Amino acid sequence: MSIIESGNVAAALGVKLCRANVIAAYPITPQTPLTEKLSELVESGEMNAEYIPVESEHSALGVCIAASSTGARAFTATSANGLLYMHEQLHWAAGARLPIVMCVANRGVGAPWTVWNDQQDSLSQRDTGWIQLYAADHQEIINTVIKAYYVAEQTSIPVMVCYDGYILSHTHMPFEVPDQEKVDAFLPPFRPNYALDPSMPANLNTVTLPEPRNNIRGELAHGYMELRYLLHEGMIRAIEVVGEAEQRFNEIFSVSGTAYMDMYKCDDATYIAVAMGSLSLHLRVVADILRDEGIKLGIIGIKLYRPFPCGIVADALKDRDGIIVMEKAISYGYVGPLYSDICSCLYTQGLDGPSPGFPYVHNYILGLGGRTIRTIDLMDAIRPICTGKRIKDQPGWIGLKI
Amino acid sequence: MPSKPTILTLPEEELVHPGNRACSGCGLSIAYRIGLKALGKDTIVVVPPSCLTVLQGLYPVAATKMPSLNVTFASTAAAATGVLAALRSLGKQGITVAGWAGDGGTSDIGLQSLSGAAERGEDFIYICYDNEGYMNTGVQRSGTTPRGALTTNTPVFGKTQDKKNVPAIMSAHEIPYVATTCSAYPLDLYTKIEKAKAIRGTKYIHILAPCPPGWGYDPKYTVKVGKLAVETGMYDLYEIENREFRLTGASRKLLEKRKLVPVSEYLKMQDRFRGMKDADIEDVQRRINKRWGAYFEMFKE
Ligand SMILES: Cc1ncc(C[n+]2csc(CCOP(=O)(O)OP(=O)(O)O)c2C)c(N)n1
Ligand code: SF4
Repeated sequence: MSIIESGNVAAALGVKLCRANVIAAYPITPQTPLTEKLSELVESGEMNAEYIPVESEHSALGVCIAASSTGARAFTATSANGLLYMHEQLHWAAGARLPIVMCVANRGVGAPWTVWNDQQDSLSQRDTGWIQLYAADHQEIINTVIKAYYVAEQTSIPVMVCYDGYILSHTHMPFEVPDQEKVDAFLPPFRPNYALDPSMPANLNTVTLPEPRNNIRGELAHGYMELRYLLHEGMIRAIEVVGEAEQRFNEIFSVSGTAYMDMYKCDDATYIAVAMGSLSLHLRVVADILRDEGIKLGIIGIKLYRPFPCGIVADALKDRDGIIVMEKAISYGYVGPLYSDICSCLYTQGLDGPSPGFPYVHNYILGLGGRTIRTIDLMDAIRPICTGKRIKDQPGWIGLKI
Repeated sequence: MPSKPTILTLPEEELVHPGNRACSGCGLSIAYRIGLKALGKDTIVVVPPSCLTVLQGLYPVAATKMPSLNVTFASTAAAATGVLAALRSLGKQGITVAGWAGDGGTSDIGLQSLSGAAERGEDFIYICYDNEGYMNTGVQRSGTTPRGALTTNTPVFGKTQDKKNVPAIMSAHEIPYVATTCSAYPLDLYTKIEKAKAIRGTKYIHILAPCPPGWGYDPKYTVKVGKLAVETGMYDLYEIENREFRLTGASRKLLEKRKLVPVSEYLKMQDRFRGMKDADIEDVQRRINKRWGAYFEMFKE
């Protein structure tokens, strides 16, 4: 069924289709309409789930952590300061290997207050052990939520589904709502490795020592570092699982999505602009216009940010004349986070070790706190690079009025 | 209502294995052993970082035969909410959910999530064992540390503020059951937890749990110190059921005897109060007399 609705509603419908058991959330703009929709679906009886209106985001994820540990499929959603308020719980959920799914309607973080879009919130949570997927439009939001549960439950790693606040969360667009039967075929019921159960007592997440230690049967059990290694290994394996989920999804729903990144006019492109979320679609317009000027620009929208599909990204970028990474986030005092990831993967993975041959990578910061991103400004920023110029001080800033 | 338990009728099965990592003479150890008997095997416990985490054992050895979820410091009540929601949603019945946290995890960092859960009326038992300080991190002050107690971050003058009255805060949430008890009275503790189990809604039980290293007394006096806390009127045993306040057990007996042991006996037993001057002790006594005067007045028969 095709409907016209907001990105937040797309996310909510995805959660409903996944038959989440427990939803806990706390209001924050621009996430609110998503959780309002879910509470409406639950209260009206359209969705059979427990909706817990908690008193904080820390508790929202706290409820999900415990619900997931008890064997339930859990969901939460937040934005900006709400996500930061969860920070401790983000690590906890990943460390406990719980397949929770969370939507992040991306918003700038305070101080000073802003409610408008950028991606500083989720990108600053990069190292919490969550898989991060970025959606570029409404169809991707609903599809990604469904795939997220599959990936989370296959890997026992929580997944963040990120989409731009307002730009996607509050705009209405047509999208296809997948059939319930097909979603059920795609996503089997959640079968946890272990769920809290009085008939099988276990003490979960307790103090774990620096070295492995024998259990009461004399078998060696992991130390803390082994558990951390296993989380990392699980993340690396998740790259494959994300690919497999995409394939399954494409087959069951007869669609042709891509797992890791969307490539637009990249085949003959000498320059490629890379971005995440809705910006990658905006950039397609820029590519079309600049191609009329004879500039062979291609666009890559990264969908899987953590684990970073390094080899795949490097392969797509290595033989170009230049790369332009456009970001709505910054690692203060250095560069944009995606930029440093792309530089490092070009340097170490896509080529046979360090090589002077990889393309020059440019970095632009833009759109922070909802700053308007004008097509003309994007063109003016990208055009000189494609004619051989370099940004003088990386990162360059687009639309800065200082 | 089950008949009054005696030491002979308590369930024999031990849910805390013999030998654990608590200090000798730990009041929490007694409370947990008896408390788990009352909660019974069909219980899931939620535990934040505290001495209880350590008591329960370091991976992969567990000191208790309970399904137990260790959670972040502030989220005990939220996690208990999550366990309940999952059980409801999965249609699993007959399982008691209990949060079991220290006084720091309850009166300070965990108060927000506890208040939220109580306001929502979550159907679990929240148990706070009160050793009157952050013991796990080396005896710092908490909201429930009493005035005058030396701790490692009130090292010279002792705490200059009063003990936070968490049972009163919980009672203000108008939950169906609030009770206080003490590890020195295991049957009282057992009875109250057992009673809480049968009530629907949020139940709050506050257990005074003396702590030899934190309070500074010989471990062999854990029961004696606990009893003195009650007999001096320093700590009262009561229940607030459907908003009705009732002194219980040993505190009720005091009411009948109309005579309290001087509080100096309690304070002088513990090194943490060594900085208190006579005038300070008299001040504590005055406050107790005032509170108990009101009790004598209130419950004249
Ligand atoms: C967010 C956070 N802050 C601080 C700590 C450190 N911490 C661990 S246990 C503890 C004290 C616990 O005190 P209490 O709840 O009174 O229990 P007790 O140790 O006295 O039994 C503290 C401060 C932590 N684990 N998490
Ligand atoms: S420090 Fe106190 S509460 Fe903690 S284990 Fe030792 S005696 Fe028990």
